[in-house]
Amino acid sequence: MTDTAATPVRDADTMIRLERVSKRYPGHPAHAVSELSLDVGAGEIVVLLGPSGCGKTTTLRLINRLIEPTSGKIFLDGEDVTSVDPDKLRRRIGYVIQQIGLFPHLTIADNIGLIPRTLRWNKKRIHRRVDELLDLVGLDPAVYRGRYPKQLSGGQQQRVGVARALAADPPVMLMDEPFGAIDPINRERLQDEFLRLQARIRKTIVIVTHDVAEAVKLGDRIAIFAEGATLAQYDTPAAILAEPANEFVASFLGRGAAVRGLGLRTVDTVTLEPVELVRAGSTDSGTGHALVVDDAGNPLRWLRPRAADPDPARPPAVVRRDQTLYEALDAMLRSGEDVAVVTGEHGRPVGVLSWSAVMRESHGGPAAPPVETANATGSRR
Amino acid sequence: MIKNPAFGDRRTPAPPPDSPPVTAAPRRAVRSLAGLLGTPVFLLVVCAVLYAWLHGRTLDSIERRSINGQVIGQRLLEHLELVAVSTVLVVAIAVPLGVAFTRARLRHFSGPLLAVANIGQAVPSIGVLVLLAVTYGIGFRMAIVALVLYSVLPVLRNTMTGIQQVDRALIDAGRGMGLTKTAVLFRVELPLASPVILAGVRVALVVNVGTATLAAFTNAGGLGTLIDAGIVLNRMPILLTGSVLTAVLALAVDWLAGLAGRLLQPRGL
Repeated sequence: MTDTAATPVRDADTMIRLERVSKRYPGHPAHAVSELSLDVGAGEIVVLLGPSGCGKTTTLRLINRLIEPTSGKIFLDGEDVTSVDPDKLRRRIGYVIQQIGLFPHLTIADNIGLIPRTLRWNKKRIHRRVDELLDLVGLDPAVYRGRYPKQLSGGQQQRVGVARALAADPPVMLMDEPFGAIDPINRERLQDEFLRLQARIRKTIVIVTHDVAEAVKLGDRIAIFAEGATLAQYDTPAAILAEPANEFVASFLGRGAAVRGLGLRTVDTVTLEPVELVRAGSTDSGTGHALVVDDAGNPLRWLRPRAADPDPARPPAVVRRDQTLYEALDAMLRSGEDVAVVTGEHGRPVGVLSWSAVMRESHGGPAAPPVETANATGSRR
Repeated sequence: MIKNPAFGDRRTPAPPPDSPPVTAAPRRAVRSLAGLLGTPVFLLVVCAVLYAWLHGRTLDSIERRSINGQVIGQRLLEHLELVAVSTVLVVAIAVPLGVAFTRARLRHFSGPLLAVANIGQAVPSIGVLVLLAVTYGIGFRMAIVALVLYSVLPVLRNTMTGIQQVDRALIDAGRGMGLTKTAVLFRVELPLASPVILAGVRVALVVNVGTATLAAFTNAGGLGTLIDAGIVLNRMPILLTGSVLTAVLALAVDWLAGLAGRLLQPRGL
């Protein structure tokens, strides 16, 4: 870092700052990106979301200067990087692309070690780093070091791509549709793995995607881009789903945005109703939720069969308190009831979640999700 | 377009991700060993037949003057020298040129360049040789110039094609992770283009072995001298010796180049 006077925008929490950045290609009347200003906090995942051709990939590539801005400034950790050597800049920024782009003629170890070697690390250190990174992304170094990319499945290649981007331990990672080439089933798994990984490494990450579900799942904040890379809305997923800033955002999110929002709230953000636990064979003593449990305290069935239920012995819907409302709704639909038993530690029932409570509290009721704190700590499932 | 015969069956199917990649190796190794030894065995047999045929004849004094170990060895060496020098020059000229014309700055001129190179290829080689001989004189150097002009095209074209067919995503990944343009060229583009470039060199080698026989007309030596003498003196044994040896040499060079290509091919492709 140079002296502070030269870097007036130094802000402890901002890792990437775009200041009125524009990109215009010669011969094109319209700007690809026009006067974009955007801050990305340290340790935060920001998703650039928008329809194709809205300039989100261009914006990503402006950050590591694969595309040079026509005007405006870009700051990385407080330092103006619009005039530094772009090759050196990129070695401080991890880069993951949709095609993954592993070099087919290099082994996995050599792929990951390429930038460390360029930075003239010694062999031992590179070897250690490669093993560490393969471990980190869940691939056994003993097995995969010496393999070639084509001997790996798509998901494994993707993980190596992430490991390679992390090789020189950059504080910032840019990912252009990182899960775009992965089939839907593996994509879910890789996204979960990626979030667990991020919980450990705490990088500042910018992800480009056009997949709303992926953006909602991965992003601490989402920047929704409209035509010409103008920022339509920049907020947390919960806030964007709850209150789209305008018609464009609403239509881009599409139908089902409210249901998607359920995936962002955990069960314990809703006021639970009390539950009374009884042993099998006890007599009905009250009017609240009475649940029959076994000797270990595991829920068996409701004491009083619900009116419409043809099968009185059917087990109740059970969710953990740290699961999402989305999952709770799913469990309710499958059990055919509008209530679910909520369990705490060791599977003990701690209360009852009723659908009517969710409805009540989704619309101006108490216990609105603590959005800001959830964002700051990145708390997720 | 030149079809590269070495290319069709090079790629082996990717093994399933979690099985060790050695399972299918033994059988493939046996087959490729047989294929590998087939050509040299065949060429040795051809040479042996030629030798036996010549041995069974009584050669007259004119024939004896051309067909003896010393003269044949001398011609063979001259021929190899012509081929080696011209091919080295071709690689030294065509590969950098091909690389230069795939860089962003010169990419637009790659079409015109190939057109010029195509003209070099299309003009009959004997014509080039004679024209050069008439204009600049005769001898080894002129023969080399003609050979280079004639065989520069396959290497140039394959260098450009080889580099152009490298997946853009790999270049993007390399640049994006902080490799310089030069590093991307040497660590990504050239290694990945090397099989195609080597295939071009192989074609140039074989073309040069054949064209070098014409160098005899400009007094540059080589096996063509035997063929020429055989025709001029009306001596079938000399003519046959010269042409059979040229053909054997061309096949042997092609075989060696194929072997080298296989050994030099980056693993993992």
